[in-house]
Amino acid sequence: MPEAVVMTVPGYWAVLAAVLLGGLAVFAAALDAGLSDRAQGLGGGWGAPLAGTARLLRQRRRTTVAADAVLWRVGNAGMLMGALLMVAVVPLGWWALADLDVGVVWFNAVDVMVWALVWLAGWGANSTHSLVGGYRFLAHGLAYELPLMFALVAPAIAAGSLSVGDVVAAQEGLWFVVWMPVAFVVFLVGVTGFSVWGPSAPALGADIAGGVLSELSGVDRLVFLAGRYAFLAAGAAFSVPLFLGGGAGPVLPGWAWSLVKTAAVLGVLVWLRRKLPALRPDRFMEIGWVVMLPAALLQDLVVALIVVGKA
Amino acid sequence: MLIGIAFWVLAVVAVAAGVAVFVVDSMARATYALALSFIAVGVQILLLGQSYLGVITILMMVMEMAVMAVYMVMFMGMNPALMPMDMTHGKKTAIGASAGVFVLLAAGALLIPWPERRGVPPEDVTAALGLEIMGEKMLVMAVIGPVMVATIVAGVVLAAHRSRYDRFGDDLRRRPADDPQAGGVGR
Repeated sequence: MPEAVVMTVPGYWAVLAAVLLGGLAVFAAALDAGLSDRAQGLGGGWGAPLAGTARLLRQRRRTTVAADAVLWRVGNAGMLMGALLMVAVVPLGWWALADLDVGVVWFNAVDVMVWALVWLAGWGANSTHSLVGGYRFLAHGLAYELPLMFALVAPAIAAGSLSVGDVVAAQEGLWFVVWMPVAFVVFLVGVTGFSVWGPSAPALGADIAGGVLSELSGVDRLVFLAGRYAFLAAGAAFSVPLFLGGGAGPVLPGWAWSLVKTAAVLGVLVWLRRKLPALRPDRFMEIGWVVMLPAALLQDLVVALIVVGKA
Repeated sequence: MLIGIAFWVLAVVAVAAGVAVFVVDSMARATYALALSFIAVGVQILLLGQSYLGVITILMMVMEMAVMAVYMVMFMGMNPALMPMDMTHGKKTAIGASAGVFVLLAAGALLIPWPERRGVPPEDVTAALGLEIMGEKMLVMAVIGPVMVATIVAGVVLAAHRSRYDRFGDDLRRRPADDPQAGGVGR
């Protein structure tokens, strides 16, 4: 096994990690707004996230009858917390806040928390559309989560370790995305799943008046949307050490390559939102179990055979 | 010192959240109070240095509670699950049994002569624990796995009200299958 290449930094660097995650989330939101305006033949739109934030901060909070306020707030605010917990194990170049020996499982545990958070956000409002949205998310979750778990297994088998640092070290010379493309694609579908983004966004669909978002207003809505973009950014960031060689690259230092690759993956995910149709939860269930899950398992088998063959 | 404080705080959270499961009047709150209790226990496993088991416990329990919300509507119907309701039933028996078990376990924990530690923890505690639990019985474990999967599949097949004859016709030749809901892969 190669030597560890990721160094743990003291805890106060978490502030920088949070700032970077926030920056990436704003980048994603600005890019999305810009692309939206361009699609309608308008210029600009890049400032929309700032304007939207200012508007939501001034908006009065909507309350509903017999809302379960505690669970509702936990679901809303938890999204941002979850994204921050997720980036704790993502190395920036050669530095990580925490290089856990089970970093890959940590990532998985945090993305499973989204199941609870989105459902709670849908439940808390005591409103039909919002609850329907919460259940749509769970239906999606049942379809994407197992393929995502098996996609995470592939890099871990190849590295012989669940530590993100070891996974990066094992990609010296050849990035995992080259010989496990199926796992990479399934992983990205999973990222859109747990950030309720693009094709995986029917939980927030316009056909159910915004679903989970329907009763959210003011700061609640701001925090939920920010958490959603932050999860998208965190998922994109985690694809870099897992499949794209971490901070490896010519000329630029490691941290810069990590950011460039993250921004590139994030940009593609944001751009794809307009290119892909929404995945209906009932249809997607079968795609997840009949197509994605066997594909991810086959990918694991191929990776395992290659690893055994090389040893 | 710090670990001692963390242990006691988590212990109180785990027990209090466990009590909350029976006190609250909503299934959603009961479900997630149970999740919180399990998360506290998972973090305590982390304190024992069993990072894999700790994180996996949190992962499984949160997912399980989310799936519970699915069953809540599937099996209970919308109304009872979504209205305020009492989370207890069979109170006298339940209180008697739980008090008895608590006394038994607490007495055991207090009265048993705890052994002194011999040796030091191994390098990789997770692997050591796995070997200790399964090492000798790997064959049994390898057999039980497929048997359990077969049981789950058989259970679902028995529980489903539609059989292959409903889907493919009496001679099993109808293609595509007659399903109430179209699948996602164009069958």
